[in-house]
Amino acid sequence: MPSQPSTTSSTSSAAAAAFEYAPAPESRAVVDIRSSYGLFVDGAFSAASDDGSFKTVNPATEEVLAEVAEATEADVDRAVRAARRAQDKVWGPMPGRERAKYLFRIARLLAERSREFAVLETLDNGKPIRESRDVDVPTAAAHFFYYAGWADKLEHAGYGADPRPHGVAAQVIPWNFPLLMLAWKIAPALATGNTVVLKPAETTPLTALLFADVLRQAELPPGVVNIVTGAGATGAALVGHPGIDKVAFTGSTAVGKRIAREIAGSRKHATLELGGKAANIVFDDAPIDQAVEGIVNGIFFNQGQVCCAGSRLLVQETIAEELVERLKSRLGTLRVGDPMDKNTDVGAINSSQQLARITELTEAGVAEGATRWSPACDLPSSGYWFAPTLFTGVSAAHRIAREEIFGPVLSVLTFRTPAEAVAKANNTPYGLSAGIWTEKGSRILWMADRLRAGVVWSNTFNRFDPTSPFGGYKESGYGREGGRHGLASYLIEGSTY
Amino acid sequence: MARTTRASTATTAGTSERLSVRKTYKLYVGGKFPRSESGRTYEVLDAKGRFLANVAQGSRKDAREAVVAARAAQAGWAAATAYNRGQVLYRVAEVLEGRRDQLVAEVGAGEGLTARQAELAVSEAIDRWVWYAGWTDKIAQVAGAANPVAGPYFNLSSPEPTGVVVVLAPQRSSLLGLVSTIAPPLVTGNTVVVVASEQRPVPAVTLSEVLATSDVPGGVVNVLTGRAAELAPPLASHRDVDAMDLAGAVGLDGATGVAGIGWGELEAAAADSVKRVLRPATDRRGNDAEPDWTEAPRPQRILAFTETKTVWHPKGI
Amino acid sequence: MSTTATGLSDRSPADVAESARSVTGSTSLDDAAWRRFLHGLPGVDRVGADGRAAMLGTRSIKTTAKAWALDTIVRMVDLTTLEGADTPGKVRSLAAKAVRPEPNDASCPSAAAVCVYNDLVPVAVEALAGTGVKVAAVATAFPSGRASRAVRLADTREAVDAGADEIDMVIDRGAFLSGRYEQVYDDIVAVRAQCRAGGRHAHLKVILETGELATYDNVRRASWLAMLAGADFIKTSTGKVSPAATLPVTVVMLEAVRDFRAQTGVQVGVKPAGGIRTSKDAIKYLVAVNEVAGPDWLDPDWFRFGASSLLNDVLMQRNKLATGAYWGPDYVTVD
Repeated sequence: MPSQPSTTSSTSSAAAAAFEYAPAPESRAVVDIRSSYGLFVDGAFSAASDDGSFKTVNPATEEVLAEVAEATEADVDRAVRAARRAQDKVWGPMPGRERAKYLFRIARLLAERSREFAVLETLDNGKPIRESRDVDVPTAAAHFFYYAGWADKLEHAGYGADPRPHGVAAQVIPWNFPLLMLAWKIAPALATGNTVVLKPAETTPLTALLFADVLRQAELPPGVVNIVTGAGATGAALVGHPGIDKVAFTGSTAVGKRIAREIAGSRKHATLELGGKAANIVFDDAPIDQAVEGIVNGIFFNQGQVCCAGSRLLVQETIAEELVERLKSRLGTLRVGDPMDKNTDVGAINSSQQLARITELTEAGVAEGATRWSPACDLPSSGYWFAPTLFTGVSAAHRIAREEIFGPVLSVLTFRTPAEAVAKANNTPYGLSAGIWTEKGSRILWMADRLRAGVVWSNTFNRFDPTSPFGGYKESGYGREGGRHGLASYLIEGSTY
Repeated sequence: MARTTRASTATTAGTSERLSVRKTYKLYVGGKFPRSESGRTYEVLDAKGRFLANVAQGSRKDAREAVVAARAAQAGWAAATAYNRGQVLYRVAEVLEGRRDQLVAEVGAGEGLTARQAELAVSEAIDRWVWYAGWTDKIAQVAGAANPVAGPYFNLSSPEPTGVVVVLAPQRSSLLGLVSTIAPPLVTGNTVVVVASEQRPVPAVTLSEVLATSDVPGGVVNVLTGRAAELAPPLASHRDVDAMDLAGAVGLDGATGVAGIGWGELEAAAADSVKRVLRPATDRRGNDAEPDWTEAPRPQRILAFTETKTVWHPKGI
Repeated sequence: MSTTATGLSDRSPADVAESARSVTGSTSLDDAAWRRFLHGLPGVDRVGADGRAAMLGTRSIKTTAKAWALDTIVRMVDLTTLEGADTPGKVRSLAAKAVRPEPNDASCPSAAAVCVYNDLVPVAVEALAGTGVKVAAVATAFPSGRASRAVRLADTREAVDAGADEIDMVIDRGAFLSGRYEQVYDDIVAVRAQCRAGGRHAHLKVILETGELATYDNVRRASWLAMLAGADFIKTSTGKVSPAATLPVTVVMLEAVRDFRAQTGVQVGVKPAGGIRTSKDAIKYLVAVNEVAGPDWLDPDWFRFGASSLLNDVLMQRNKLATGAYWGPDYVTVD
């Protein structure tokens, strides 16, 4: 539509009685949080060898949720040995159809206990309960269900007649989708006959530890999945352990590069799912209302703490002003606040460190001359919060247009032609995802061919499915998770790196 | 080579046999045959230690130029239809066939093979090229997928070229190994910078002449000769290189790495830009080893230099 | 181009035509001009629109917000009976229910209107005189609209003359789907003229019958065509075709009225009709109004529900909220 929303509201006086949504908090009572958690090794919980621990907090309130054991090198070693024994003696020799049934059990148990997981995820991570309830937990269960079915069909997956597992997989996962990333890692590893040592992120260990209880209920043999909590040092000890065969990492590009260097010259295989700086490209013939929703979902889903977030909005100049106005109106309706409220759209930032990084980069954006805008919203006084933020007047050289912010901050840039859009979209060391919005089918396919990104969402954004491969080009990493492709890197015959 | 060898004996023998015109061995970069910008050459001997040729000793700058040429050619090569790439690659096999005698002589001299063994190696190399040429319009069907997502979306995954691939060509198998490592990345639309076998580079130079006289666009394959230890590190750390095949990082004597540089160092350097690295093969005991290139190939070498792209689109009226 | 306090547009026919020419950028307003304009509107991606509606449907409206919503829904209901078996008695009963939906509870507001066929308008007018509850009449050979223009205009005129406050007309879907946009536009303009004839000022609701338009793109186009022809309200459905009102279709129409006001300054109302039977569903529509069009539309002048059974469910929910006990259908009146 050619004009911007007018400010001359012609409302009748009787109207505009505010429809204030009363608080609709999800009940916390559904989950029991223990005061302390040990390491889950060889089917049992135990303290760290040096009794070390760290606290995990609710980022929305800064309330301490639990003390969690911090695994030492010795603990990691014990976990790797347990995983090796389980792989040699139990999980490796087990027929695929039996492994499948364990995975089906896990999928069902996750679904049965979904509310518990959703609440715990939101408490530990800060994401809105609507997202953990509607996205994270059901998608995690679906992931196990999908890979369960592969366990006894691997000979038909295209990796030879008798594809073999690597052995022990070291898996290091991030804090943005704690349970979902756990599922993305563990499900294909177990389906292919590998055993696992998993390290959850230090700020979000709780759903992984609750998952250990699901494994107990599933009666998964001891040692098949081991969970070692801790920070960077624990992860480094795990990746560097000589007893592992395969590394699967999701996290920052900087750490991904360290891991790649660490395993260089070894025979450890790796998949790396790293950072991103996705372009979300909107043409002037886009389905405009859905594009606005897609942009909002692309950058404010999970507070923008998503590696594939559409953090660079590339708008065709002809509609740039109109689109920005529409976006601003839409951002005004986002509900920021208590993640446990079922009506919250934007929750808390996961940690004070992450909040500091978002703050630093947005300040750099202002300093470099971009125009910052946020809707009016009252942020809670405790916890880690950042208002949805829009930057206009952004040039490709600005830090906010180049560096991954990993927060609810959108940079708006413009283009004139499809070729310019492609050039700008690809002008980044990252290559994880991209979005295209246009009603012209042939243009979508033309663009999709040229965008250097592992996932291209056209007229949609931030869709995930267990059957659909996910992973990056360039510095966004290598290897794919999801789908038949997600089996490859857990099989000797399918692995190239 | 055989003629060259004969010629060199002829001069001393003073017979009536014609003095042959020797070839200057150059690099192949961007479809042209430059000398090394360094002006250097190095002496290449045959398997019995006799002089074969002075070959261009490429430098870091030559490597840089080769990457520039490969990058410039990549988009066009990838944009060609799979059918067209298949025809272009098949054409290379046709031209190789025409150079068969020369290649047999060169492979035989360089690798110390009997005429019969050399013929087999060259035949296998040409057939290998044909095998890969046929993959161009099939790999997406084998490696792609229509994903049945739980929602109203069309969802398709397909392999795409990684980009610019550096190949450290096998040190031992100077033609079959070379073909077996550079053809796979070409199939999907990658362009290649190849560092030829250090001590057996002559077939690589001949291959570059074949490429130049077939339909392969300039820059799609760039052939560097020289010291692997000098050329490999700057290529491994080059930010505009997307992937590396370290097949050649196993010495002729089976020693790991190239001339004192462990392949792990190259892999570590490659990590700085998250390059995809195909490590050297191992033997049955798990030691680094150059594989037996006569074994039946698998498409995994093609897939090692692809990226899976997944495209989503809603289905609605 | 201003609106009155009651929300009724007082645009003159000349204003309407001028606005249509200005917005479409065409002086001729023939089929080609309409096609250029309507097909130049941004497309609607069905999956995305469905997803947006589904997200709005997840809002959890509790306690005070729910109480406010339930009363607002009552105030927005066009209590409807459109059966061949309708009688004056049935209409009087419905009218009584509309005026005092909850006979024992003075705090319960009245419904917005009673919606009947043309021949029963006099009965409804008499029954509702002085109550503030409006009389709405379906007209223009409802529900198919398959009659000559003369018959449809006479149908309208009769209802207006009988005292109908609001006319719910149907568009000629056949003409719309075959691209005869000019005809659809002229129909609406002509019906609107009947609504304003003889010094009367009946509120015009234009029924798009979205279930027959098949695509959301068509819903958006038909919305704009109707608004440019002078509709006071755009309404989803007759209730006689399945699917009737859906949340995504209503979201698309709410986007249309929002954009129309942004462009022309004229506010148009929206009425989903048919198939909305529960408070839970109706609250989702209110959420959509609130978040898509905005709070300005949260008023019976700008949003209505065409429904019959919805009211009783809302009343039961009201009682539940007030007493904490779940209520049964025997405790609310059968209309």
